[in-house]
Amino acid sequence: MPTTATTATTATTATTATTTPTSTPTTRHGHPTLLRLATAGSVDDGKSTLVGRLLHDSKSVLADQLDALERVSRERGLAHADLALLTDGLRAEREQGITIDVAYRYFATADRSFILADCPGHVQYTRNTVTGASTADAVVLLVDARKGVLEQTRRHLAVAALLRVPHVIVAVNKIDLVDFDEDVYAQVASDLGAVATDLGLPDLRTVPVSALNGDNVVDRSSRTDWYAGPTLLEILENLPVADDPGQEQFRFPVQLTLRPQEAARTAAHREYRGYAGQIASGIVRVGDEVVVLPGGRRTTIAGIDTADGELTHAFAPRSVSLRLTDDIDVARGDLIAAASCAPEPTRDLLATVCWLSDVPLSKCGRVLLKHTTRTTRAIISAVNGILDLDAVKIVPAQDLVLNDIGRLRIRTADPIAAEPYARHRRTGAFLLIDPQSGQTLAAGMLEDPLAGEGDHADQWDI
Amino acid sequence: MSTPTLTLSLTLDHLDTLESESIHIFREVAAEFERPVLLFSGGKDSVVMLHLAAKAFWPGPVPFPLLHIDTGHNFPEVLAYRDRAVAATGVRLEVAMVQDYIDDGRLTDRTDGTRNPLQTQPLLDAIADHRFDAVFGGGRRDEEKARAKERIFSLRDEFGAWDPRNQRPELWNLYNGRHRPGEHVRVFPLSNWTELDVWRYIAREDISLPALYYAHDREVFERDGMLLALGPVSQPRESETVVTKQVRYRTVGDMSCTGAVESDALNVHDVVIEVAATRLTERGATRADDRISEAAMEDRKKEGYF
Repeated sequence: MPTTATTATTATTATTATTTPTSTPTTRHGHPTLLRLATAGSVDDGKSTLVGRLLHDSKSVLADQLDALERVSRERGLAHADLALLTDGLRAEREQGITIDVAYRYFATADRSFILADCPGHVQYTRNTVTGASTADAVVLLVDARKGVLEQTRRHLAVAALLRVPHVIVAVNKIDLVDFDEDVYAQVASDLGAVATDLGLPDLRTVPVSALNGDNVVDRSSRTDWYAGPTLLEILENLPVADDPGQEQFRFPVQLTLRPQEAARTAAHREYRGYAGQIASGIVRVGDEVVVLPGGRRTTIAGIDTADGELTHAFAPRSVSLRLTDDIDVARGDLIAAASCAPEPTRDLLATVCWLSDVPLSKCGRVLLKHTTRTTRAIISAVNGILDLDAVKIVPAQDLVLNDIGRLRIRTADPIAAEPYARHRRTGAFLLIDPQSGQTLAAGMLEDPLAGEGDHADQWDI
Repeated sequence: MSTPTLTLSLTLDHLDTLESESIHIFREVAAEFERPVLLFSGGKDSVVMLHLAAKAFWPGPVPFPLLHIDTGHNFPEVLAYRDRAVAATGVRLEVAMVQDYIDDGRLTDRTDGTRNPLQTQPLLDAIADHRFDAVFGGGRRDEEKARAKERIFSLRDEFGAWDPRNQRPELWNLYNGRHRPGEHVRVFPLSNWTELDVWRYIAREDISLPALYYAHDREVFERDGMLLALGPVSQPRESETVVTKQVRYRTVGDMSCTGAVESDALNVHDVVIEVAATRLTERGATRADDRISEAAMEDRKKEGYF
């Protein structure tokens, strides 16, 4: 008898991998999934402590790390092991008691593995938060229950909205320092809800925690009996993973051509010609009609290959190699897209960028633009304005400096298969690179080229 | 309630996700760099890297050579495994020997006998001599606190140095590998893998490893809480007694400072269970050289280490 799944219990943590045989070949039921998180928070919100608590209470900190933690804490005259020390990796960070750079942490529960980009709050917070949020399925934002929603909270939420992070979880921290007062939490949660609505955040959840004491981080707190919701870890375990490829349009940036000729691993593959890449979005099936951009030639998918064998279909983010029915010219930088809904290649881009470099935009004449697997020369044709993160609107500006978020017009040497980032996180993103130093200057998000500029010249359409 | 329509579950499991990410990284480097090389010691992380590289370019060959920085303090079975693995894939192997540097005086053995830190100069010389511009390393961010802050594409200056305070931001899966003449980029395709992920993948893919990764009887002696193998470069001091124990290795490096752990894990499935339940980190359990100070790894990386 197959077991019937109950409707509302997605939170079961049974570890058995083989309860019911799967009816589809596309998934390995029961295998853990991967969720990418980014943290954000202001100085002294207790972010390092929260991350340390999450790692510690999910049993991801091992005995020798704990011993080292206790030893160092003792040497510094602290009464308790300082969990924040778990996340400070560099000598300068430990010496100065600050976090400098994005650090990556790994922990796992029975059903899910987590990659956590731990983004520092004070030094270059926009640059770091943008970096962490770019790959995140969810952002965990800390708010001090005593301080409530601050300017910086709004900024972090604006960045999450801008980067189109699907889920935001706000940990209302230091709830112990407001005597576990339900009204304080309710006020903060209500204020956050209002900001989320302003910014158009699709999914914002809140949870009252004490990172220091562990309340509602991994284990339910007995001191917040007014809170019936899940703990932080329970929320993270049950979020849907990333985007649903079934709802997306197929996009495949070509990384390289696999054409081994006489070097093929087997004689049968001497004539092989496949286009290698990672599916950026959507599903591809053998027989699908596709278009190769920017050239615009149409063809169909003849085969989907991996080293483990042929597939009938594949979906994002799998790395595969595609064979095409027609012998057409395809090279690195081309985009293979579903023929029914392909983007229009263009050399004129409208984009929101976060400036990441110490060198201001005005000192950068010609730049390189890296979009999917294509790098092309580009010039900034206009600075349309700069985002005031507090007011969430555009103000006039001539230049962008480190941590600024602005709107630019860009002209590229080669046509780009540009798509609005709002709908295509992979094929709507790009980097600006300094061709001399090689430094990454900016992270860019394309806007809808058809929307024009006139109707929202001073509005920030997040 | 069941629905009559076919519903596809469109979520990759976490090993498939990690594999696809690593394959994407290998292909980006092959497409954008002139002379990549893959650091290969025969240790499990480098073995998994080579396996992923082979998958990334199938049905073509791995389009870059391998490089081993040989400390001269090797476990013989690992060297034998290395040569078998290289022969099986048909990829060229370059070897740079720490012993050559000691013989001609460019390097001197340290008083503590460990040669792991001495690998840096032969590595940098090999990179310069062969003009390698991208160097794949098996480093994982879960290994150590300084590694947790390293990018997947990590720029090194002409001295091979890592500047942790001046790293390029790394966004989406857009890797910026631009570098100037003399500079090179270290690339870590396993950045997001944990020790347990590596072992689960070895089990899933049925990848063969040097036998010392599995439990076996070995003559060992205890030093600083670690079990060191009896061998030509690791001899017990007067106070240390040699005993035979059933052990396995979690990491493989310089034999004189790589510790074994007592273990009953005779095969890969036992190891997966053991690693999932372990209470000690991989390096904490097995690497004397990482215990020197809180910042031992950071210091070595700044000087150009792996």
